[in-house]
Parts: sequence; structure tokens; C-alpha cells
Amino acid sequence: MERRENRMRRFLLFSRGLIDEALQQIGELPDKKYGGVGIATMTKNCHNDYKMKFSVDEEFPDLSLHNNHMAKVLTKEIYGKLRGKSTPSGFTVDDVIQTGVDNPGHPFIMTVGCVAGDEESYEVFKDLLDPIISDRHGGYKPTDKHKTDLNFENLKGGDDLDPNYVLSSRVRTGRSIKGFTLPPHNSRGERRGIEKLSIEALASLDGEFKGKYYPLNGMTEAEQDLLIKDHFLFDKPVSPLLTCAGMARDWPDGRGIWHNNNKTFLVWVNEEDHLRVISMQLGGNMKEVFKRFCTGLQKIEEIFKKHNHGFMWNEHLGYILTCPSNLGTGLRGGVHVKLPKLSTHAKFEEILTRLRLQKRGTGGVDTASVGGVFDISNADRLGSSEVAQVQLVVDGVKLMVEMEKKLEKGESIDGMIPAQK
Amino acid sequence: MKATSVWLLHGANIQPLFYKGHLCLTKPSAARSKTAFSHSPRPMWQYIILRLYLCSAEYPDLRKHNNCMASHLTPAIYAKLCDKATPNGYTLDLAIQTGVDNPGHPFIKTVGMVAGDEESYEVFGDLLDPVIKERHNGYDPRTMKHPTDLDASKIHSANFDPRYVLSSRVRTGRSIRGLSLPPACTRAERREVERVVVDALAGLKDDLQGKYYSLTQMTDQEQQQLIDDHFLFDKPVSPLLTCAGMARDWPDARGIWHNNEKTFLVWVNEEDHTRVISMEKGGNMKRVFERFCKGLKEVEHLIQEKGWEFMWNERLGYILTCPSNLGTGLRAGVHVKLPLLSKDPRLNKILDNLRLQKRGTGGVDTAAVGGIFDISNLDRLGLSEVHLVQTVVDGVNYLIECEKRLEKGQDIKVPPPLKQFK
Repeated sequence: MERRENRMRRFLLFSRGLIDEALQQIGELPDKKYGGVGIATMTKNCHNDYKMKFSVDEEFPDLSLHNNHMAKVLTKEIYGKLRGKSTPSGFTVDDVIQTGVDNPGHPFIMTVGCVAGDEESYEVFKDLLDPIISDRHGGYKPTDKHKTDLNFENLKGGDDLDPNYVLSSRVRTGRSIKGFTLPPHNSRGERRGIEKLSIEALASLDGEFKGKYYPLNGMTEAEQDLLIKDHFLFDKPVSPLLTCAGMARDWPDGRGIWHNNNKTFLVWVNEEDHLRVISMQLGGNMKEVFKRFCTGLQKIEEIFKKHNHGFMWNEHLGYILTCPSNLGTGLRGGVHVKLPKLSTHAKFEEILTRLRLQKRGTGGVDTASVGGVFDISNADRLGSSEVAQVQLVVDGVKLMVEMEKKLEKGESIDGMIPAQK
Repeated sequence: MKATSVWLLHGANIQPLFYKGHLCLTKPSAARSKTAFSHSPRPMWQYIILRLYLCSAEYPDLRKHNNCMASHLTPAIYAKLCDKATPNGYTLDLAIQTGVDNPGHPFIKTVGMVAGDEESYEVFGDLLDPVIKERHNGYDPRTMKHPTDLDASKIHSANFDPRYVLSSRVRTGRSIRGLSLPPACTRAERREVERVVVDALAGLKDDLQGKYYSLTQMTDQEQQQLIDDHFLFDKPVSPLLTCAGMARDWPDARGIWHNNEKTFLVWVNEEDHTRVISMEKGGNMKRVFERFCKGLKEVEHLIQEKGWEFMWNERLGYILTCPSNLGTGLRAGVHVKLPLLSKDPRLNKILDNLRLQKRGTGGVDTAAVGGIFDISNLDRLGLSEVHLVQTVVDGVNYLIECEKRLEKGQDIKVPPPLKQFK
């Protein structure tokens, strides 16, 4: 009985591919231009209809102890207006806010407290998400337009950061694939579809981008050890901010890591976003890192577009990602830089703020710095282009290294404090 | 591949039904879709292929899994149930999510699925029935009936030697009919459960009179007292529970009620709507069970006065979230000191034959400390409460006898296995 079931399982997984071909041949797969979830008459979310029989007062979450962007914005009025709605794929306002309800937040760190389940969430729930976006992204208005600039040639300098101080450089962003729902909401079938498309797209890269995909579910012990050693492997999310939003469901199904042979270009598949794209190398040549980043992204995007699954993007919010904090460029460009003296200077925080930069420990967000080495990156995501944000990092880090050198000599840096950018 | 499947469906004029991004197939709709292509109805074989295709894309990868759900969820059953939903909108994917996310342990076989509401046990019966049968020792919900008996007077020989039995405890759970269970309930439903239960508990009198402490509103002092009494429960951290969605909106509408004498305790909205616990120090299991039955009956009476009732049916007994707790949902046990017997290699066999299980005194998955064990019944479904408590009583009496004999240097015997309900 067991063997028969296993055979049936294998047959079904295999026949999936055959049926795809067969249906294509008999003309059942329609013209590609009708792809995507935007097709009308899609959904009836029975669970949400069932909820509507309770009043707003009965369903409204208790946010009295909460300190996140969602809790600051959500009123009974907004909740009442949005609770009857759902996106075409069935995502509701309760789904959007669940992570914020479950994680009241920290008195010092302000988390976003909500996620998008698909591209349409940002439309359907704009009454809630627009004010949150405005709070998080420095007053960004619903009518503002976001500029995308991935032309690496527009970056000035960036190839001369002192490698005695700047230990490594890195640029990361995320991309979502049109036609699929996002990690908080997607089904196993969708996630596998995203993985399949990604593998195809990445396998067609060549030159410095030639590389290999390692599915989390199928890698060997040896491969796993090497990925850990290279600091490439990502773990199942443990942060309740992510797990309460449903992003760790069905782990590790459909997840994997791709990197090029040179180990300078890395793509995470189906972690917190559909794709996380990372370009990095040791030393301070941010110009090269950014060039590889832009080139690689554009190559990948072309391939996805050919399959009629381009990246989610619009001119108001830029690149659409799961967390509203990553909208716009979704870009975090940064360096690991040694600033033992500057980091203890009284004006360090102020300098960072004026330069529009943020600091983290070298373990990433929420870690402490070790040995005076900081992760310094851009604070902005939405409202300025990729080039502009990396430019801020390049200029800002250059200035801070010079400040560090001055402090080493015992000189004052008061004359170097920059104006607010 | 949801995008692909949607194209296919529109070609077939099937109105797709989505919940949480999962595709549900419904009957072909009369209305034409708005897309450019149109097709006449397909031959039946194409629908079958389509359905298998869509469901195979969604079928979970259970190759590394070792739980009851994974053992019984065949692709055929998945295909049959994947598009069904209970009247509240709870689907199969939701029910099995915890089992997909937690492959299990090579030694411990977890259940791997939960029910979102009372109807889940019907709508997903094709999967739940074999899971229940495996978990409850061959009890077949399709053919057998579960007896309920809360007449404490039938219990005998239940006053243990307090030199051996340090404490006695009986717990069960109850769900309020008409409201969804913790994996699926909305905030409003959870608050309604709290309201109904707290209302009823306020009507208890005499030795059962007590007070409710809401998790959101208790003072620091009250919290400390509850911790000292070992009554306070925490937000679940076990992924078995969190992946099933039981910790959502914590600590909204959760709380603890106990009587003034601290011998009758009710947890509200933890893993089930209610968990009811009767306990006391020492070995008077008879009195513990008497209080247990009295309390349960009075609470049931009080909610019935307001038009509510407990979820119960004669196939499955009392309906609870986890299929492992169906039937009586009862765990009756003692903390008993058996230092000599704990070193005897025959202990496990003795416990097996007596239909008992041992745990450490910290609860499930803890180790025994100082030869003190938590001994309780193994079974939940297919046998009545009275039967299970008597089994524990007889078993504990036997274990104490064994310990006494070992103290005198005498030998002990492994008892013959107890008869099962089948």
C-alpha cells in the first residue's frame, strides 16, 4: 500500500511537467499577454464573509500595548472600511495586520507591523498602508512618484574607499515576481512555480554570472557546510515578526540559494521575498559591487519578462516587496567599516542621521558591533533612486573614514560635520 | 502555479475559489469569463487531469515527515479534499499546515493536524478518520461509539497512600459549540468564548466559587501569585501550536479562572476553548474526580441556561482542537514517588500493560526527578471518563504495591495486559 502511494506521488509530480506540455500543444494555454492574477471574477473568501457577521467593535484588535507603525495608524474607522474587502487572491486586512497584532513591538525600535500578501494589497488597503508608508518613509505622499535608476555609470567615485578601514562592500535588494502572491500568502504550488522560474532564469546567466542553484531541500551535507562557511546559507526564520506573518510555512519547500562561481553574486529564493539579490566582495570597491549588482539584476529581469513574469513595479511605489519598509528601491547598500574612534564620538549618531545612513552590528539588523566594526548602510528606500542611495553611502563612508583618520591623529573633526543631506 | 491554473480554469469556465491563496475548485459556472478565449465544456477526462494537475502542484512534500497526518495524506485524499472548506471557510491546507511545518521526531509520532471547527471532523473525515484510528489504538469513528460517563460515585479504592502519591490531578478540555476552535477563531469569536465561559464560571458556588484573571488585565501582584501557584500559562512557543495559528492575537481574550481553594482551575483560550483542571495535594483521587465531575456538570448547566452547549457527538465524544484529545480529552494522573520501581527495567512494560504513561513532573517531554513520576492514562477515546480514571486508580495502586514489595525485598510481577475496547 505504501509503495503504491509513493509511486503515485512520483507519477503525479512527474506528470505535472507532461501535462504542461500537452496542454500547450492542444492550445489550452492562452496568449501570454493574459497572464497574471489581475483577471476579474476571482474570489470568494468564505472565511472573511463569515467574519463579517461580527461587528467592528467585536473584531477590532486590542492595540493598547502596541508600538508599531500599524498600531499608530489603524483606527476602528479604517478597519471598518477595509474589513469587508479582499484582494483578488483572497488576502484581507486581518492578514495584513496579523504580524503587528502578534508583535506589540519594542519601546525603542519602531517596526512596521504589517505585510502585503500580493501586489494588489497596496491598492486595496491603501487607506491603511499609505499613512504607514508615509510614516516609515519620511512623509512620502500617495501622489509622489518614485524614481528608479539602475544605471551604474551614474555613480560617481566609489572605487577608492580605503581598504584598511572598509573591510567589505555589499548591495542587496529584493524583487517580487508578477503573477504570484507574496510569501505571507502564497501556496506551495506558487512557491514552487517561483522557484522553477527562478532556476530557469538564473541558469541562463553566463560570464561572471555563471553559477549554481542549491535547493534547501536537496543540498548535500558538503554543500551545506560550504554555504555556511561562506556565510551564504539562510535559516528558517525564527523572528516572530516573520513567522506570525506566515512566511515560514512549508519550510524548506521551494526555498534555495543560488550564487555565481566567483561567489560575488547571490540570490535567495523564497525567503522573506520572492528573490533577494545580493552583490558583494571584500574590500572597498563599491563601484564594482554596484556595477555587478545592476548588470546582474537587469539580466535576470529580462529573462523573467520573456516568460511574461516581470518584476512587480509601479511608478508610485517602485519595486513591490512584502514589507512596506522595503518599497521603492528595496536597496540596502553598505560596508563593513572599522570606526573604533568615530563610533565612540559624541556626535556619531548625529553624523549618521545627517548623512542619511544607519548603523548595524556586523551580524546584521539587531546585532551589536564587534571590535569597532560597523555595518553602515543607507537609511532610505523609497523616494530616491538606487544610484542616489548608493551615492550617499559612498560619499558618507568616505567622509567618515577621513574623520576616523583625523581622530587617530588626535585632531578635531568639528569642522567636518556635514549638513543634513 | 496559480497563474497558469487560473488561465486553465477560465478556459474551462470554472469559477475559482480562493482562500489564503489556495485554489479551490467549484462547480462550472454558467457565467462566461471575461478573457478572450472561449471553450465549450471539456470532456470529463480533462477535468480529471486538470484537477490532478492543480492538486499535485500543491501537494506537500512529506518525504521526510513522520507524523500521523503524513502517514495518511495520500495524493488521492489530498485531491479529493483540497477544494473543500467548512462553512466557516476552514480548509485542508490550514488543517495540515502544522504537520507540514513540523516533520516530527523519529521517536515521537505527533498527530500533525488540527481541527479549525466542529465541522472539520466531518468535511475532512477522509483524512481525520484514519488519523484518529491510528492515534487512538484502532478506534474507528465510522463504526464505533464513544461512551461518556461522569458519575464519580462509581470510582472505588481511589484514596492513595500519601507517602507515595504527592498530588492528584484530572484535566480535560471543552469547546463551545457554534464558535470556531483556536486555530481558526477570529478575535470576536475568541472574546465570545471568554465571555460565555467567564459568565458561567461566575455562577459557581460554595467550594467552587472563584475568580477570573484576564491575561491582559491582571496586576503584577496577581501575576506573581499565579506563577507561584504554578497556575499561569505562557504564550505557546512550541512550533506544533504556533504553526497551527493558536497563538494569534496573544494575549487577547486569554485568562485563568480558579476557585478560592485553588483546587479547580480553568484555562480560557489556550490550546482549546477551555481546559478544566481539578487537583489537590495528596492521594485523594476520588475527591479530585468528584469535584471535576461536579464542576463540569455545573458549568455545562450554566452555559445551557444561556443557550450554549459543549461540542460533543456520539462518534467522537467531546470535540477538541487536537485529534489526540478527542473522546474524553481526559488526562487523570498522579505525582508518585517510586524510587525503587523507577530503576526496575520492567517498569515500562508494566506501565504499557496497565495502559498508563509516565512523564517527568514538569509535564510532557520532561524527565523524572528524584524517582517522582507523573503517571496518567494513555487512552482518551473509546472509553468513558469513569473507566479511564478507574484504570489509573487500579494502575497506581498496583505500582504502589510493587514499590512496597521492592522495599521489603520481594519480587514483583508484570501484570497481564488490560483488554482494549476492540
